[in-house]
Amino acid sequence: MSRTALVVGSSVAGIRTAQALCAGGFDGRIVIVGEETTEPYDKPPLSKHFLAGTWDAGKVSLLAGRPLDERVELRLGVPAEHLDIARKYVRLADGTRLPYDQCVIATGAAARPSPWTARDGVHVLRSLSDSAALRQDLLRGGDIVVVGGGFIGAEVAATASRLGGSVTVVDPLPDPMTRVLGPQVGPLLTGIHERHGVRTSFGTGVVSVEGSAGDLRVTLDDGSVLPADTVVVGIGAVPNDGWLRSSGLEISDGVVCDEYCRARGAPEVFAAGDVARWPHPRHGELVRVEHWTNAVEQAACVAHNIIHPDDPVAYRPVEYVWSDQYDWKIQIAGSPARMSGHHLVGNLAGTKPKAAVAYTDADGRLGAAVTVNWPRALVTCRRLLAADADFTQAVTELDLLAAALGERR
Amino acid sequence: MSILRADHGACQGYANCVVGAPDTYDIDDDGVVVLLREHVSEEERPRIEEAARSCPVSALTVEDE
Repeated sequence: MSRTALVVGSSVAGIRTAQALCAGGFDGRIVIVGEETTEPYDKPPLSKHFLAGTWDAGKVSLLAGRPLDERVELRLGVPAEHLDIARKYVRLADGTRLPYDQCVIATGAAARPSPWTARDGVHVLRSLSDSAALRQDLLRGGDIVVVGGGFIGAEVAATASRLGGSVTVVDPLPDPMTRVLGPQVGPLLTGIHERHGVRTSFGTGVVSVEGSAGDLRVTLDDGSVLPADTVVVGIGAVPNDGWLRSSGLEISDGVVCDEYCRARGAPEVFAAGDVARWPHPRHGELVRVEHWTNAVEQAACVAHNIIHPDDPVAYRPVEYVWSDQYDWKIQIAGSPARMSGHHLVGNLAGTKPKAAVAYTDADGRLGAAVTVNWPRALVTCRRLLAADADFTQAVTELDLLAAALGERR
Repeated sequence: MSILRADHGACQGYANCVVGAPDTYDIDDDGVVVLLREHVSEEERPRIEEAARSCPVSALTVEDE
């Protein structure tokens, strides 16, 4: 009898694990379980193209009109509620028991719920239906308050502004991007909103949100009150690991894995994507990464390790995330906030700057990079990061790239 | 042999393809994908397909000739 790989979660990590298992020659059948009834979809467009209305639901589908391999069975609409690692089955909310030989946990993450509640008109953004509902409200225009100046908040602010709303972004930090880019570089990007006609109230926290859609009041901790027709709360995500509490697995802000992405103490259970926490060799500690590219790369690693149990590979990615804010393309490789020094190539002034920041780690190697409107420099940095290149070499290469750019222009 | 295609209008310069298969994909100064070749052998196809699949906006395909 052939073996069964059970993938829990129809997220990008779940679908990509199934696809990578098929492509890698997995010799069994694959069952994917998903909580939502909608065809599996991609999340990055939900704050950009889909929210703006330039892409429809078909365009965000992860299957893109192509059927899954015949070995794959997709069971949508019923969440998993228990994993039994001793008897190797997953129980769904409708009581169905699905046995497995290998199980892949890919249940993703959920939007951190808004701690402020109003009757309606307060949105979070994570799912396709969240995005569709938010779009309906944004199309009514008026005053939009976005709570949270991180990636989601900034992208929603950009899209809402483009749709005609009068937008204010609120964040308790004076320079919200310092969370990701560190204290020196973060402030260099704080001005992006004002440069694009969006107001900010940074360094102020939210005390309360009251009222209802079309007539909301956001009270800040400096005493000011912002009127709003629509409020969007983008304050991070939490891993969907609650259903695993009864499993006996080690859960600590995600499923704790070994370097091969196997759940600790359960060698036939793997985790991939937003829900997985594993010891990253580059950082020397357990990390959980919520980026699209991480989900795809970790899915490929898990598939390899399922197919080749005698030759598993450790997962040591160069993290990569992008954010499209207004007409700026911000791309980040590695984990800048962990790094010490940095060097800026180009400059960040003007309406459409082109610049790269290289970060150095404690050993004098290139540790991370962020680029603005300069994908080519980012590619260079990702290659150098993967090769553990010296910081000085990275700066030299970026300078050469900048010089070549100047000559061609 | 398989044929490579790129949707230049869809490309957003995320550049996962260049990291996945630098011998096949590159991006220009404006951040748009450049195909370094038009065909790949069947032997290479799985690797190139994986790089193409890493495109967040599905701008790349590998098709039968």
